[in-house]
Amino acid sequence: MSTLVTRVRLKQITQLIEKGKRLDERGLLDYRDIKIEQGLIEKAEGSAKVLLGKTEILVGVKVETGEPFPDTPNEGVQTVNAELVPLAHPNFEPGPPDENSIELARIVDRGIRESHAIDTEKLCIEPGKKVFVVFIDVYVLNYDGNLIDASALAAMAALLNTKMPNYEIKDGELKMKQGYTPLPMKSHPITVTIGKIGNTLIVDPILEEEQVMEARITMAINEQGNICAIQKGGSGFFTPQQILEASKIAQQKAEEMRKKLDW
Amino acid sequence: MPTFFEKKQLVTPGELLAEGDYLPGENTYTEENKIYAQRIGLVDSDNKKVNVVALRAFYMPKVGDIVIGTVTEVGFNGWTVSIKSPYTALLRASDVLSRPFKPQNDELSQVLSQGDLIVAKIASFDRAHDPQLTVGEPGLGKITRGQILHVVPTKIPRVIGRKGSMISMIKQETGCQIILGLNGVILVTGKTPEDEELAITAIRKIEQESHTSGLTDRITQLLKESKVKVEE
Amino acid sequence: MNEKPDKLIDKKGIRLDGRKADELRQVKLQVGVLPNADGSAYVEHGKNKILAAAFGPREMHPKHLAQADRMVLRCRYHMAPFSVPERKSPAPSRREVELSKVIRESLEPALFLELYPRTGVDLFIEVLQADGGTRCASITAAALAIADAGVPMRDLVVACAAGKVEDTVVLDLYDAEDKLGVADVPVAYMPSLNAVTLLQMDGILTPDEFQKAVEMAMVGCKKIYEMQKEALKTKYMVVKEVEE
Repeated sequence: MSTLVTRVRLKQITQLIEKGKRLDERGLLDYRDIKIEQGLIEKAEGSAKVLLGKTEILVGVKVETGEPFPDTPNEGVQTVNAELVPLAHPNFEPGPPDENSIELARIVDRGIRESHAIDTEKLCIEPGKKVFVVFIDVYVLNYDGNLIDASALAAMAALLNTKMPNYEIKDGELKMKQGYTPLPMKSHPITVTIGKIGNTLIVDPILEEEQVMEARITMAINEQGNICAIQKGGSGFFTPQQILEASKIAQQKAEEMRKKLDW
Repeated sequence: MPTFFEKKQLVTPGELLAEGDYLPGENTYTEENKIYAQRIGLVDSDNKKVNVVALRAFYMPKVGDIVIGTVTEVGFNGWTVSIKSPYTALLRASDVLSRPFKPQNDELSQVLSQGDLIVAKIASFDRAHDPQLTVGEPGLGKITRGQILHVVPTKIPRVIGRKGSMISMIKQETGCQIILGLNGVILVTGKTPEDEELAITAIRKIEQESHTSGLTDRITQLLKESKVKVEE
Repeated sequence: MNEKPDKLIDKKGIRLDGRKADELRQVKLQVGVLPNADGSAYVEHGKNKILAAAFGPREMHPKHLAQADRMVLRCRYHMAPFSVPERKSPAPSRREVELSKVIRESLEPALFLELYPRTGVDLFIEVLQADGGTRCASITAAALAIADAGVPMRDLVVACAAGKVEDTVVLDLYDAEDKLGVADVPVAYMPSLNAVTLLQMDGILTPDEFQKAVEMAMVGCKKIYEMQKEALKTKYMVVKEVEE
């Protein structure tokens, strides 16, 4: 997932970062402007679009019925898929999901699943036989860095927008009724990605910063300030001290974001 | 200014060898004034330089090195030669044919074909381009007889010995012609297969015991004893 | 199908497999087990059985994947169909794709990629039997395979996981603990450089528990690192000096 950035530009970015500055004049720990729009795809049970700077993610949620997993017969099923749609960046190619889109989907999935964001027990229709299956599809529309945070945000916003059809079991058969209920949610995790350039940690890297950065670490934080998912990525490393620092930053930024979104 | 090893100690990648006023030698690297090993091998210091003789390494081409390679492909204007290196070597037709090269008339596979062994010299190499070989010197060219053995490239200097003492001694005692490819491929050509086997045994022993002292004497003894047996 | 156990840790702090909270499973390492690979290693970590092979540095195939200025590391983490209780399809799962990526990224920091441009190193990891913590055991094996191939490294990479089971932070979760526990934190580490090259977590941990888990995992890593060095030295143990 790389564009060719000139060496001069890379040097410029590194030098700025060392001085505590960034290309777009943000602070090292500042997020770009965030815009969230919900409910724009009426045919989906839930949807949301997030603009994080120029990174644009659309998430659609479809709710269908299906069989539960054998080891969780009373729980609904959650599945996340991500597509790095070719129109989002010249380097994205059409085809089956590559390791980047699979990793993105799995990180978003983990944040939602481990925090129990969706109250899956309330998705049970008939124990062991029928449950609601929540399909979360992440559609990357424009790539300008930090797909993870933008996708996680859009996924959560889409879930908060999701309505499940009302139903009743009549004569052993599942019948849909009039009306909808909001998807039962138990938690609102917020995902924060921190990049490392030299020995400096920055929040919300844009694409050019991603070209320079050696590694990233993503943490999903729930309302209690607890960590529900972590993923280190990139060919570089973090010292244990940097990991501690990153976890403090993630908590702080998640708190700020939570207040802003009122989640 | 400490070092952290005994002479000829076996070290693994990442082991701290020295700190302070030392220079990183073979198979070592430096990070924040400390010198670490890069490969598994035997560490030693030479003045201020810390070196690791790698027990496992691959051959990196160097201009001027004599190597023994296998032709893997016959191309349009040359041959691709495998020299047991991460980089495949090229031998241009123009280097081999002593006259101008005419693609329509000259059948390259008649000169060298897939599977042929050659002794060549590295004419040029930089990491952006594959190594170019030349056979335009006496002693270089296609190999037609003899036996090939492979040793770890880092052991070749030991087979040569100080000022060539070891290899000269083996050649003398066995009457074999021995070409040492710096890429770890050795060609042994003798009057009889027994002579070749003897030379090979000696070389294998050197490879195994390369780190020990008194090796030259032991090899000499081995060769003399074997010859006596044959003569009995 | 196994019955779900009542408790994973008893009142005395002993886990179902008899270990204490900070105890590692048994680890056995062997280097140079596959004659056709440039480097190889076999790891038994608890009931995990993992084989790793390294080929290279060599020409990249297909050629267009080669990088002009650096060596490329390719990694395939794959589980044998018979490695888990319910037969797993041989086709790569999404989990295997993700693990192949994070394992590759855990080893890249150890390599001097700029030294061998236009070449590639191919790493193949086969999980022959899985019992929790396969990605960690895989990294431990892969690093040995790369060193065995004679590829220069900054340090060996070693990996171990810690996590939380019921109310206790524990070291080195096995399969039941991974599935039924509260959190799992795999960590890969280069001890000489104090560098964490893989870090993941699923579950829920307070920041303090997370810190404790990482520290515990690193203690486990350092123990296994000593075993890695031993395993390499054992294979390359030179013939003792012949008495004159």
